[in-house]
Amino acid sequence: MSEFLNTFFFGIFPYIALASLFLGSLLRYDRDPYSWKADSSQLMSRKGLRLGSNLFHVGIILLFFGHLVGLLTPHAVYEPFITAGQKQLLAMTAGGIFGAMAFVGMVILIWRRTTNDRVRATTKFMDMFILLLLFVQLILGLLTIPESAKSTNGESMIALAEWAQHIVTFRGGAADFVAHEPMIFKLHIILGLTIFLIFPFTRLVHMFSAPIKYILRPGYQIVRKRG
Amino acid sequence: MGHFIDRLTYFSKIDGKFADGHGIVTEEDRGWERSYRGRWAHDKIVRSTHGVNCTGSCSWKIYVKNGLVTWETQQTDYPRTRPDMPNHEPRGCSRGASYSWYLYSAARLKFPLIRSRLLKAWRAAKAKYPDPVEAWGSIVSNPKIANDYKKLRGLGGFVRGSWDEVNEIIASANIYTVKTYGPDRVVGFSPIPAMSMVSYAAGTRYLSLMGGTCLSFYDWYCDLPPSSPQIWGEQTDVPESADWFNSSYIIAWGSNVPQTRTPDAHFFTETRYKGTKTVSVTPDYSEVAKLTDIWLNPRQGTDSAMAMAMGHVVFKEYHLGKKSEYFEDYIRNYSDMPMLVMLEEKDGAFHPGRTLRASDFDDDLGIADNADWSPVIWDEHSKSIKSPNGTIGARWGAKGKWNLEAKDRASGKDIWAELSFIETHDDVVKVAFPYFGGVPHDQEIFAHTAHDDVQMRNVPVRKVKLKDGSTAYTTTVYDLTAANYAIDRGLGGGNVASSFDDDIPYTPAWQEKITGVDREKVIQVAREFAENADKTRGRSMVILGAAINHWYHMDMIYRGIINLLIMCGCIGKSGGGWAHYVGQEKLRPQTGWIPLAFATDWNRPPRQMNSTSFFYNHSDQWRYEKLHVDEILSPLADKKKWQDYSLIDCNVRSERMGWLPSSPQFNQNPLTFKAKAGDGDIKAWVTQQLVDGKLEFSCEDPDDPANFPRNLFVWRSNILGSSGKGHEYILKHLLGASNALMAEDIGVTGGAKPKEVKWHDKAVEGKLDLVVTLDFRLSTTAVYSDIVLPAATWYEKDDLNTSDMHPFIHPLSQAVEPAWESRSDWHIFKGLAKKFSELCPGHLGEETDLVSVPILHDTPGELGQPLDVKDWKKGECDPVPGKTMPGLVEITRNYPALYDMFTSVGPLMAKLGNGGKGIGWDTKDEIKLLGQLNHTVRKEGISKGQPKIESAIDACEVVLSLAPETNGEVAVKAWAALSEFTGRDHTHLARPKEDEKIRFRDVQAQPRKIISSPTWSGLEDEHVSYNAGYTNVHELIPWRTLTGRQQFYIDHEWMRDFGETLCVYKPPISTRSINSTIEDLGGSSKQIALNWITPHQKWGIHSTYSDNLLMLTMNRGGPIIWISEIDAKKIDVEDNDWIEVYNANGAISARAVVSQRVPEGMSMMYHAQEKTMNTPGNAITKQRGGIHNSVTRAVVKPTHMIGGYAQLAWGFNYYGTVGSNRDEFVIVRKAPKLDWMEEPYKEGQSINLDINQGVAK
Repeated sequence: MSEFLNTFFFGIFPYIALASLFLGSLLRYDRDPYSWKADSSQLMSRKGLRLGSNLFHVGIILLFFGHLVGLLTPHAVYEPFITAGQKQLLAMTAGGIFGAMAFVGMVILIWRRTTNDRVRATTKFMDMFILLLLFVQLILGLLTIPESAKSTNGESMIALAEWAQHIVTFRGGAADFVAHEPMIFKLHIILGLTIFLIFPFTRLVHMFSAPIKYILRPGYQIVRKRG
Repeated sequence: MGHFIDRLTYFSKIDGKFADGHGIVTEEDRGWERSYRGRWAHDKIVRSTHGVNCTGSCSWKIYVKNGLVTWETQQTDYPRTRPDMPNHEPRGCSRGASYSWYLYSAARLKFPLIRSRLLKAWRAAKAKYPDPVEAWGSIVSNPKIANDYKKLRGLGGFVRGSWDEVNEIIASANIYTVKTYGPDRVVGFSPIPAMSMVSYAAGTRYLSLMGGTCLSFYDWYCDLPPSSPQIWGEQTDVPESADWFNSSYIIAWGSNVPQTRTPDAHFFTETRYKGTKTVSVTPDYSEVAKLTDIWLNPRQGTDSAMAMAMGHVVFKEYHLGKKSEYFEDYIRNYSDMPMLVMLEEKDGAFHPGRTLRASDFDDDLGIADNADWSPVIWDEHSKSIKSPNGTIGARWGAKGKWNLEAKDRASGKDIWAELSFIETHDDVVKVAFPYFGGVPHDQEIFAHTAHDDVQMRNVPVRKVKLKDGSTAYTTTVYDLTAANYAIDRGLGGGNVASSFDDDIPYTPAWQEKITGVDREKVIQVAREFAENADKTRGRSMVILGAAINHWYHMDMIYRGIINLLIMCGCIGKSGGGWAHYVGQEKLRPQTGWIPLAFATDWNRPPRQMNSTSFFYNHSDQWRYEKLHVDEILSPLADKKKWQDYSLIDCNVRSERMGWLPSSPQFNQNPLTFKAKAGDGDIKAWVTQQLVDGKLEFSCEDPDDPANFPRNLFVWRSNILGSSGKGHEYILKHLLGASNALMAEDIGVTGGAKPKEVKWHDKAVEGKLDLVVTLDFRLSTTAVYSDIVLPAATWYEKDDLNTSDMHPFIHPLSQAVEPAWESRSDWHIFKGLAKKFSELCPGHLGEETDLVSVPILHDTPGELGQPLDVKDWKKGECDPVPGKTMPGLVEITRNYPALYDMFTSVGPLMAKLGNGGKGIGWDTKDEIKLLGQLNHTVRKEGISKGQPKIESAIDACEVVLSLAPETNGEVAVKAWAALSEFTGRDHTHLARPKEDEKIRFRDVQAQPRKIISSPTWSGLEDEHVSYNAGYTNVHELIPWRTLTGRQQFYIDHEWMRDFGETLCVYKPPISTRSINSTIEDLGGSSKQIALNWITPHQKWGIHSTYSDNLLMLTMNRGGPIIWISEIDAKKIDVEDNDWIEVYNANGAISARAVVSQRVPEGMSMMYHAQEKTMNTPGNAITKQRGGIHNSVTRAVVKPTHMIGGYAQLAWGFNYYGTVGSNRDEFVIVRKAPKLDWMEEPYKEGQSINLDINQGVAK
């Protein structure tokens, strides 16, 4: 990968993607609140949904938090407890398990979305697009496991974490951390950032509104004072 | 503030708490609520209604938003009733509330559709023949091309057409047919004008100007109760539903009020709060059964047995037992009870004969005119025979004596009619009464009893001397009635009952065996009914309906009940009477509407035809007739006289004698008669040709191509998905379409062939060249049509609507423009008229047509053959048009000017005036008013200077201006016209409203109460609710019958031969639709034979709404048939299983509803469930399952063919054969497998199961 592309994809593109993610979502939430939804197709057909959707969601949520914690936790914070090598092994194992779960779930969901007439009839382009995009991203993610296995000293992992931490803390030179990492990691990152980029234009926005608070809701009857 | 920022309130989210912390107060944004409010925001509300055949006639608010109809809610602004009564509002039901779904649904017809094969043929023909009429001729005269599109009817294959092109095809077809075969071969079917009267009139105006045939509906639907014309000379007249509240005893007899009279049912409930006792009579545990105090459940079809037993109780205790003076006065003045009947001696016994007439006596009893038509009574004052005022003879004689005053018509002296000869008789003789309940039925659920078919009973008689010197034995209808009910009066002899427990027809004990109802309950209800009527002066009511009127012998069931009502003095009394609510929707401004609808402003008379005979004849149902006349003849009749007649023969005789109408009329084009007759009188020529046999009635050879109906218009109707009895016969013979007919015709079974009708060994398939349907939705009929025209919905057109359930007239309004390319019915027919006129030159110019008209009721012509029946064709009398044969009227038709005539009011209104029901009045003022309202035509031509009728609103104004019900001035004129006949002043009934003129915009503002008019027998005023017969009783206006009174006794020769002079019990007939050949088709599956009952729906109004998604969601979403748990067990069927139902007439596929509601032996399919909705194939016929009428066939009844005899004279939708369907049986089995038949049509695939061939080989 050329110097220019490397700088663009890992130094500039992350900011474009994140800007799109936050600003786009904010605008959509404000301008078009009725489109802010999961667009569930459960009403059309429940067949295959219980297994597929649950496997996918459990897998993907844990993968997401795994990435979040893994990439953004500074090395110094976990060093007293665990070595980089051990952490890499942990990431590979957990990622493998949850990745496999999400993989099986997605296969079921893709099969359902393409073969069920009722679901297909109500499927929009973006629904299909984001589903396939996530699927490709998942496969890329899974393919990073054999690549990681080649060297278990955790160096790659640390480089990637450094890159991420530099990006979110607005420090320059982030792109240099990943310049020499294997292609598969790069592709995985680029596609991941692309998902951030198109996030506000898809049904993924429902992630922001997961009804977790509902479990802890304070009152059963709500009086809204405002006229 | 933005939604997002608004949510950043983590520290002040909860502003307070209440209810122990279960409730919270917040400061959140509430902007999101706007979208919920916006859902119910709208730009305007427009008043409209549903032009559907439910009689509801409910006014609705139609909400419009952004140019689209969004939803509807009930109007509540009906004018109030009175302080002592509940109001009419709210009216409506779930079905009406779901209507807006249709407008933008997939079921909506959006563009003109045409069968692709027809369109290809048309374009090919047009390329060859530049003249479109010739192009059409080239298509239909080539059987190969014609059959190519006809056989695909019902199998899809529509493409989108343009209005210009389809109009050209239709107009060309019409012109070709008029020119080649005659205008009467263009036929139209549309029902119930009251539901959207201008839309109805649009089509019939087009047809009538052309000379085409308008088909009746009320009789065909079997909603016409023939008993009403028989007894009252009245088509149907009933109380409005508010009058239920005035009643204090109501029997709901075969009428499921909450389900089928939903908007009116509140009065039924409200009157119960007032203390009214209610009784239901239904064989199944229906919704009304749940609502009433007592439920009686006679075996279906045997209601007349129960009614007769009730009559036995009431007549014995209240009349013979002298318990009620009120009843006695009532029947003396208002019924034919005192009329004298001649007894004819035959084989040692006396048979009740015809009524005595003034002409039987010396000097005609001083009656100067129509003595033949003047029945007589025994006057107690003068101790002599007199003919009273008010008879049919008085009606059409010198004016002023047609009233119910107790006066001798000859001298004007007071008379007192003797009811009974019990005290004053000269002798007691044995009189023979027929009994029909002793014949075993081929289905065992219908029980018979072991009684002789002739019951001899003693009757007191007087001997009277006749003109010819002979002595006649005579008795009163009262004495005959007492004997008919078999009440022991101490006159000796047998066959009479002294106790209700005697097993003699018609005691309560006797009926127990037939109906299965406990005798004590029957006695209790009869006594309570009578006791209440006596104490309240007639406030006992019977609400009755389809369940008991759809049987072959429905007139016996109805007369049994009506007798009870007359006996108890309930007819014409507030809160009392006969409340028949089936398809009777009342066209209140009828006399104003007739000129518009039948173009009597340009030509009189129109061609009208009774549909039952039409379809029986032309769909060849007669070729399969299995009911023989001798099976239904009275045991007292001379069987030899009838041995040569089958049912179709009776119908042909009737048409020939001018009793029933004919259409198509003759086997030659009536437009050619003038040329053929040369200079001679065309009528004389036609009569002579008929006598010579050179000209024949079409009905004498319906399978001759010269006699086919050729073009059929269907609008506002779903005749093939709903009312078409013998559905598969119609598909096969009229349409030539795929069908499931499995019956063998007489040619195959070797039955006796008709004598009056020519037999062709091979039946014709596909008589109709063109079927055009106008609808807003793709109904079953549309599916079978050649051209489907998209009509405006009920929210997209202007029209008028009335009902007899409430006294208001109100509109359909155009809330939004007709969507897509749809057009209102008025617009569509106007367009056709224009195209027709354009294409006429070169084919049709000014032509002379000859219309044959049957002898019509409410005209002086109804005085036909007074004493007996003579057939000119047999040389028994001379052929006299209008007397012994149909009237013949010459009409000049200006075909190229048809459009000009369509769009203007013709000159005949000002010239001849208007009228109805026997009276007439001048209309010059109203025509002048219309000229000012609608403006006059300026264009040169036939219509120059005439008032315009361009828009549907113009048409509404014509109706409203001409009708006495909506124009007070006309009402006063009409009452004055009637006053001349009665010699009594009735104008006081309309004077207070003389200045009232209801216009279209008035009814758009609020429903308007109509003005009392002599067209109807009740009053619309501030003191009473509308009730039928009210003016007869309170204004002494006679009923329009032979005697001028309500008739217990109907003496016509045919009535005597069929044993129906007095009411009797007649069991259901055997239709023989199940035989061993048919049963074998079921193979080894478990099968059961059940009676086929087809009640009105809960989830639709006939077929409308039955394909509406909202309604489908509320029920099982497809065709269903109810059967009992016991029967289901016998054939291993569980609830919701798919079942197949079949007999010789056809087959149905549906799911079973297994329910305790249904008694053993009965199957119920809510009628008119569209076969376009979730109907799979049928394993037996290999065709798609049919509709409820797939297993029925029309069977006509000879007594309904009587004509030219006072009240038994034909009128459009007034009298005639009716399409009964409940005597039918079907075989039910579990469906072996399901085939949804979703493959496309393959050329040459079988379109029917040719059982005739199979069996013959």
